Amino acid sequence: MAKKILAIDDMKTLRDLLGKVLRNAGYEVVEAVDGVDGLKKFDQSKPDLVISDLNMPNMDGIGFVAGARERENGKSVPILILTTETNEALKQRAKQAGATGWLTKPFNPQRLTKLVDQLTGVRRG
Amino acid sequence: MDELEEFRTIFFQECNELLGSLEEALSEVENGTAESDHIHAAFRAIHSIKGGAGAFGFDGMVSFCHTFESVLDKLRNNQIPMSGNLIRLMLRSKDIVADLVEGAQTGASGLENMGSDILAELQATLDTGEAPEPGSVGAKAPAAPKAAAAPAPAPVQEAAPAEEELLDEGPVEREVVIHFHPEADLIRAAIDPLKLFRDLQAFGGVSAEVTKEAIPNFEDFQPSQCYCEWKLSMWTSASQEDIEDIFFFAKEYASIKYEFAEPEPVEAPAPKPAAAAPAPAVAAPAPAAVAAPAPAEKIETTNNAIAAAKAEKPDPEANAAKGQKAPITLRVDLVRIDRLVNMVGETVITQSVLAQQATALSPEHHSALLHAIEALSRQTRELQESVMSIRAQPVKNVFQRMNRLVRELNLSLGKDVKLVLHGEHTEVDTTVIEELSDPLVHMIRNSMDHGIEMPDERTAAGKPSEGTIKLSADHRSSRIVITITDDGRGINRERVLQKAIEKGLFPADVKLTPEEIENIIFMPGFSTADAISSVSGRGVGMDVVRRNIQALGGRVFITSNPGKGTVFTMTLPLTLAVLDGMVIKVGTENFIIPITSIIEASRTESHEISVMPNGTRVINVRGNYIRMINLGNALGEELVGEKTQVLIVETEAHGQVGLLVDDLIGQQQIVIKSLETNYRRVDGISGATILGDGKVALILDVDALAVTNLGSNSYHGGGFPEDGDAGEIENSEAA
Repeated sequence: MAKKILAIDDMKTLRDLLGKVLRNAGYEVVEAVDGVDGLKKFDQSKPDLVISDLNMPNMDGIGFVAGARERENGKSVPILILTTETNEALKQRAKQAGATGWLTKPFNPQRLTKLVDQLTGVRRG
Repeated sequence: MDELEEFRTIFFQECNELLGSLEEALSEVENGTAESDHIHAAFRAIHSIKGGAGAFGFDGMVSFCHTFESVLDKLRNNQIPMSGNLIRLMLRSKDIVADLVEGAQTGASGLENMGSDILAELQATLDTGEAPEPGSVGAKAPAAPKAAAAPAPAPVQEAAPAEEELLDEGPVEREVVIHFHPEADLIRAAIDPLKLFRDLQAFGGVSAEVTKEAIPNFEDFQPSQCYCEWKLSMWTSASQEDIEDIFFFAKEYASIKYEFAEPEPVEAPAPKPAAAAPAPAVAAPAPAAVAAPAPAEKIETTNNAIAAAKAEKPDPEANAAKGQKAPITLRVDLVRIDRLVNMVGETVITQSVLAQQATALSPEHHSALLHAIEALSRQTRELQESVMSIRAQPVKNVFQRMNRLVRELNLSLGKDVKLVLHGEHTEVDTTVIEELSDPLVHMIRNSMDHGIEMPDERTAAGKPSEGTIKLSADHRSSRIVITITDDGRGINRERVLQKAIEKGLFPADVKLTPEEIENIIFMPGFSTADAISSVSGRGVGMDVVRRNIQALGGRVFITSNPGKGTVFTMTLPLTLAVLDGMVIKVGTENFIIPITSIIEASRTESHEISVMPNGTRVINVRGNYIRMINLGNALGEELVGEKTQVLIVETEAHGQVGLLVDDLIGQQQIVIKSLETNYRRVDGISGATILGDGKVALILDVDALAVTNLGSNSYHGGGFPEDGDAGEIENSEAA
């Protein structure tokens, strides 16, 4: 069973891009367009890892992290924030909410895959 | 990084959509009707573009968007006041972003400095909390752009250094000690220390010392808190980078200190006393558990999942703005739709073949079949309309681009012109939309440069100092009609005619109607601009406009009211895949002439036909001499000549031309098939179609026919023989 990753971003390009990179790396990818949709998909698909954008309509990444962490099955799922923001205060808020990590765009596909592999416990070659 | 390449196209498409919503939001702001939603929408659009730009490494775009976004952020938080300067600044910033996107798309160089003056103004807005006067910053403070650009490189740092360092590290083992002091929150962030140790274990045997004094009594114990500290020691050849990567996320929730021992060159690794003999190590739970790391799982890519995920694209923007369910849209490659359109076209043809065959059947015996064929005909037409509507897009996107043009021209011409849009939701075929932009730009330029007066001139003429250009779109039968109306000075007919005569386009004593004079501006090589301005007046332009529009099966003309203004009217077919054609008979063959180029048709007997000295025949239609082409000769057929008709058509180079044909069979909707893709280009033929009887009929290109048969050098307007002397025309009997 491939590990499942939930990718949340309001921009389709980014979702496609993430999806492509992760699928190439052998992951199953579920996409969501904002925090609200993200929580819905989180409940439905029970991902092994979540990568979320920060700034999104309806519910932002921090709202999503907080929501996911309140869920019984959401406490141990690593959630990465992938954003262009470098604002320290935001980063602290994300941390406060329980985000596992903070990645800044642009991401290097190999590197992202490596970090994701670590979190999901996938080992290659 | 080929996989990135694949997404660039989508990214740019999405950028254009985002720029569209940005433009929309900003024009609400400009009109003073903006609500906080609009500022949010603008912010989100720029933020999304920044995100995408970052992902593709367009640093210049990232840094510009970042600053722009910061301004929008402050604006939405009411930290800076809205002002006229700010609105102008935002609009210009949007234009810069559009340029950056376009530049990135075309791979243009020199993007780094693009919009640096605007960037400086944005930065000044952030610094002073107020938008500066336009141009006041860039010139005086050339240092500002650099300062403003500074925050940009930050997002890029992440990726770059990794590879280089990897190369430096040789595969030499040395001792590594890691002091890992997590914060209590570590586990809440779903980081499992045990997993970290397992990952580390993959690089070599790890021994761990644990400090567990902080573990509280059971009743105070919070399972989501981390109470331990570790000192991890290992011998490994793994690079510092790889090791630090394991703690990449954990480092945010822990203080981590690394000690990397210098590898000892030749000798066998003699463990250093300090670290090598960890005090009777309390074995961390890790090593035991990790002894046999699970082999990498076999992973299958699920193409279906990709397809399914791609098919879904709710529009979050609209969703957010209205709080209601957004229509689900689907992005499909145009090629696929074209294939569908093609298939529907084939079906239409088959259906008309069936219908034709069915006419031979007796209604008594085959009523069910005939009914079915009739139903089929309705359904295919409906099918065709549905398919065409997939390709249809509102002209809004093109129209809104004109806002920018008008803004820029206002600046460069020193005029004050407002663009008003009407009917921008009118839908047209995608191909037509793409071709619409250039003609519009030319016509608006023309209106702004020649039509609308300078503000003081307008005031003197008793008009409001602000000029207005109205751009409107409307459906009329199966065509779209676009008008560009300005309230400028109108066309100076005397001057236009004089210029045309000076340029040798007409003989000095030519008599033209006002409409004919006005339409001279569409003639090749005509330009009234005394001095060539940067805006228009290069002598190409309006003739190219006309040619492009005609290439689309459209027409354009101009009407003007001196002192009051000018109207350009452009009509285009809604689609380029289907046209309304007149089926004509020449000899034994059927041909199609697009209805759009036909002006009138009549019997030859009712007109006087004359032959000019050069052999050209002309027909006298209500006092106008119109040159004729015998389509029989032109197409290598023999006219039967029993009930010869003349079709008066409008051509580009020769104005009105009469075509002699054997018969008019009727008007019909024609599915256009390209001749080039199936055979090769043939002069005078623009395409082919299949008629109901299953025969192929060629679609005539009347412009090309006129040029081939009447020569390429003539003037528009029609009815004026070369030497302008009707006396030389010899009368003769009609053929």
